[in-house]
Amino acid sequence: MESVNSPANSTPRKTPLNALHRRLGAKMVNFGGWDMPVEYPSSGGLMAEHKAVRSGVGLFDVSHMGDIRIHTGKKPGGALEAVQHLTMNDASKLAIGQAQYSAMLYPKGTFVDDVIVHRLGEDDYLLVINAGTREKDVTWVKQNTAKFDCVVEDLSDAYTQLAIQGPRGVDSLRKLTDANLDVVKNYWFTHGTVCGLKNMLIARTGYTGEDGFEIYVPSDVATSERVWNAVIEAGKEFGIVPCGLGARNTLRLESKMALYGHEISEAINVWEAGLERYCKMEKGDFTGRAALERARTAGVQRMLVGLEMMERGIAREGYRCMNESGEVIGVVTSGSPSPTLGKNIALAYVPPAMSELGTPVYVEIRSQRCKAQVVATPFYKRLRKASAN
Amino acid sequence: MGYPTEYRYTKDHEWIEAKGDVGTIGITDYAQHELGDVVFVELPAAGTKLEAGKTFSSVESVKAVSEIYAPANGQVVEANTALQNKPETINTDPHGGGWLVKVKLSKPAEVNSLMDAAAYEAYVEEKKKEASA
Repeated sequence: MESVNSPANSTPRKTPLNALHRRLGAKMVNFGGWDMPVEYPSSGGLMAEHKAVRSGVGLFDVSHMGDIRIHTGKKPGGALEAVQHLTMNDASKLAIGQAQYSAMLYPKGTFVDDVIVHRLGEDDYLLVINAGTREKDVTWVKQNTAKFDCVVEDLSDAYTQLAIQGPRGVDSLRKLTDANLDVVKNYWFTHGTVCGLKNMLIARTGYTGEDGFEIYVPSDVATSERVWNAVIEAGKEFGIVPCGLGARNTLRLESKMALYGHEISEAINVWEAGLERYCKMEKGDFTGRAALERARTAGVQRMLVGLEMMERGIAREGYRCMNESGEVIGVVTSGSPSPTLGKNIALAYVPPAMSELGTPVYVEIRSQRCKAQVVATPFYKRLRKASAN
Repeated sequence: MGYPTEYRYTKDHEWIEAKGDVGTIGITDYAQHELGDVVFVELPAAGTKLEAGKTFSSVESVKAVSEIYAPANGQVVEANTALQNKPETINTDPHGGGWLVKVKLSKPAEVNSLMDAAAYEAYVEEKKKEASA
């Protein structure tokens, strides 16, 4: 038995919770250069972790994510100008305490990385970036903000970032903080005392398609483990389990959230990825805008669609897609069984002519053609309560 | 879970139980544990020739595809089609109900060159040590 998807072996980096994950007996995997838990047999494994997040609450160590702060230089306004230049969404629309999904683009309109931009203060922003692209992103931000009056700080190693995800996440976290979580709406954040630690960033964000929070605490091992254990204790009555990257991936896939290196990359542009609602062409110039304007006029050659397997078989990243006459027309970017839906689902790039709902697409699985069809996405959408809107 | 002493084992974590010239093949408890929840099994049809060391089946968990290699040469006489509807049997009963195929062995004696249970157990312990290093 040998895993086809087994990761490359290098000297991986560790989060402050690495020893704790190993004590819990987590299966570890190299993810983007990080030694991370992929699943916890003690939680019941990936499926059980996934279901806990959809129905109760799960806890993820996402400290491998990076954090870049861009704040004011000599005069106010420079940080906003820099962020507007760097990212495709309109950061000028953010209130203090609000966050937005966005992306940094190359001049050709493709992805440096997707980011969450938080407005911390008057002219003060925090960009949360992906683990595998940390160094590249920090260099990119420094180079491309040099002409702006702002200060760039790489805070990636300063925080342990925990994601408390699921409908009972709010109830779990409530027990550990003085912050009024009920007034924190989706994609907003606040600061409050968490486990006795003053002024911690508490954001109602996540990568699971479920309600939940991401908290940022000091990255020393003792504090990180103390907070982790406190969250587990607080969530016990709601069935909390530690969750690994395996469940994180199936949860984000069901919700059609892009993963860098899969749905988005330096070879894929914003229109192809279907992320136009986060790209504000009218906000003024930004890196990648001119190329996107041209690409829009030229028309897209491929589009990201959701697939559901109609025949037995699981589509995986890199598998080829064909039309009914057997011509290769596209490629799968992510694929997996969906624990929530009980179906095998995938995301794939196909030509616009093949993107209509119901279009048959054949996925080549170990030299066999398996029938799939284009379906509506996201595959899973939570029912939102008014308070979480 | 113990490793049956009457079975033989490969470094790729398959087991084979030879009775006369028929061998039953599956994956070990260590293998199913490494894979996680098994959700899909692809099996060869009866009559398929197996070549020792070559892949003949794939077992998929939610997160990955694993190729399964033939522990010996032979020809498939029966595939465990019950796994198509209950692939999780590989997790719950890897050394029993989770068997993959029965094969008519070309040279039943070659099975003896594989690891016995004690050797395999030592091999797996070594693997576990590497993983926790």
